[in-house]
Amino acid sequence: MASSDQHQSPETTDLRLLIFHRSPKYGNTCLPKLKTLYRVLDPLDESDPSLLPLSRSVRIMLCIGSTPVTSDTLDKYPNLECIVGTSAGFDHFDLAECRRRGIRVTTAGDSFSDNVADFAVGLLIDVLRRVSAADRFVRAGSWPIKGKFPLGSKVGGKRVGIVGLGSIGSRISKRLEAFGCSIAYTSKRMKPNVPFRFHSNIHDLAINSDVLILCCSLTKETHHIVGKEVLTALGQEGVVINVGRGALVDEKELVQFLKRGEIGGAGLDVYENEPYVPKELFVLDNAVLSPHIAVSTPESFEALEELFTYNIQAFFSNKPLQAQIEYD
Amino acid sequence: MESIGVLMACPMSSYLEQELDKRFKLFRFWNVPQKNEFLNQHANSIRAVVGNAFAGADAELIDSLPKLEIVSSFSVGLDKIDLNKCKDKGIRVTNTPDVLTEDVADLAIGLMLAVLRRICECDRYVRKGLWKSGDFKLTSKFSGKSVGIIGLGRIGLAIAKRAEAFGCPISYYTRSEKPNTNYKYYPSVVELASNCQILVVACALTPETRHIVNREVMEALGSKGILINIGRGPHVDEKELVSALLEGRLGGAGLDVFENEPEVPEQLFGLENVVLLPHVGSGTEETRKAMADLVLGNLEAHFLNKPLLTPVV
Repeated sequence: MASSDQHQSPETTDLRLLIFHRSPKYGNTCLPKLKTLYRVLDPLDESDPSLLPLSRSVRIMLCIGSTPVTSDTLDKYPNLECIVGTSAGFDHFDLAECRRRGIRVTTAGDSFSDNVADFAVGLLIDVLRRVSAADRFVRAGSWPIKGKFPLGSKVGGKRVGIVGLGSIGSRISKRLEAFGCSIAYTSKRMKPNVPFRFHSNIHDLAINSDVLILCCSLTKETHHIVGKEVLTALGQEGVVINVGRGALVDEKELVQFLKRGEIGGAGLDVYENEPYVPKELFVLDNAVLSPHIAVSTPESFEALEELFTYNIQAFFSNKPLQAQIEYD
Repeated sequence: MESIGVLMACPMSSYLEQELDKRFKLFRFWNVPQKNEFLNQHANSIRAVVGNAFAGADAELIDSLPKLEIVSSFSVGLDKIDLNKCKDKGIRVTNTPDVLTEDVADLAIGLMLAVLRRICECDRYVRKGLWKSGDFKLTSKFSGKSVGIIGLGRIGLAIAKRAEAFGCPISYYTRSEKPNTNYKYYPSVVELASNCQILVVACALTPETRHIVNREVMEALGSKGILINIGRGPHVDEKELVSALLEGRLGGAGLDVFENEPEVPEQLFGLENVVLLPHVGSGTEETRKAMADLVLGNLEAHFLNKPLLTPVV
């Protein structure tokens, strides 16, 4: 039992090593607290002389936000067993490689779900009822001069197609039912015990929807899942809401469809090359643009901290992890 | 009915104008340069007035139209119509209830989300190209916030139903407690405001509800509280609201209505914790058509001696 001997060696049990993996754009506000509990290795702190030797024995990684974890990353930590993630998505992990190496990976789970669902509904009401455009109109002083503001479109009665009926999608459906919207969805497989109509592909869903809400994870299969065909199927009055990942949508196509009036509108919180947003969108009144903030409330981050703290402790005490990604 | 004169108080719906033109002799009051002269000339042929939330039938107009039989309003609120005068003179009054309930409630929730999650401010941030220089700050969660509703009529109930789907606890104020509801009742607006995080005005405008949201109520709502007004501008003491917002004594406001529309206090234009809309609570294609059809239906019923569809007086 070589491995269990290794686990019981003082080097790993007493020190409880944790690798703090983050790209420089993320802060390190949770670092001081972590340091009181663990021997934290920070690869961005090159002054730590033990970084290299200890990297070989570290068993668990805390990965901040969407910092990439590639096979090169994994090569640096040959004894890694677990990655505690802090993002709802997992497209920044090389999951095939993690699986091959027997590494368990967790996500932010439900920590953000209410906030993202709220934001998706907020974007939808904004696009249909032209809230941001109307606010611009009033602030520009146009109301007394131009008089009437153009009419919007009713939320109730809209057929809403949800792409990905996970913890976010199901919360969106619950909210929109109260507005009198009818809900249908597509996902990898049909969900049991769900009263909504299932479509096996997004094209059929788009044909039968007035609004498409994207809240699935980004994978090879879902990359550019909304392109020319789906936008055409959605039609001239159709609305796209994206709170998932930018690359779910072929952004160039979407911009063209919006410019030419070939779809009705879009509410976008995510983009293909953030923080770059196509400038053509800036002049359109039928687009509502936000800077990837659907998750960003203090409550989200409190819930997230609670979850990752729990998962790190659970790992060291051999308890089951929460929000663990299940390999297919 | 082509000979019946119908006076439309202000422009409100081109579809309604078109349909009124087909059925009646339509006068567009806003196109009339000399109002008195016009009234002297046509008073005897005008038997109906069509008004809305901006212009209706005040005592003066009613007195100058001796043949007036019905005022059909393209709105649910009737604060621009002198209802007592209509009652005294036996003039019928109709409004457009129900058809706009959902739209107004949807917009109330849209305003709550836009104010708390800073959606309009986010949109400005992206359009100005500011994202490249740094991330937008954190915003406030909506789900689970307590919502207090002034007036638990059709619109108030529709707002409550939607907010419940976000896990928001609901409380309300009305003159008397409503039976058949589990929502928490407060016997005064100040108590309601002290016990909720989002206060929404959804009652009718009457002399009693004018300035129902005054300085005291705003103080009770507090520096983290959010005020939503989808009722009428005069429900809120606007001067007090502006100073409460400017001085940070109120957390934010989502306003679809104002005291002197279309004038909006310019001091609000620079604030990021407010969302300002040009009275579009019922402003959807679907609802405006349904409202227009209801105005037409009421007028036709009246002149064919059938029961009115949505009578108020």
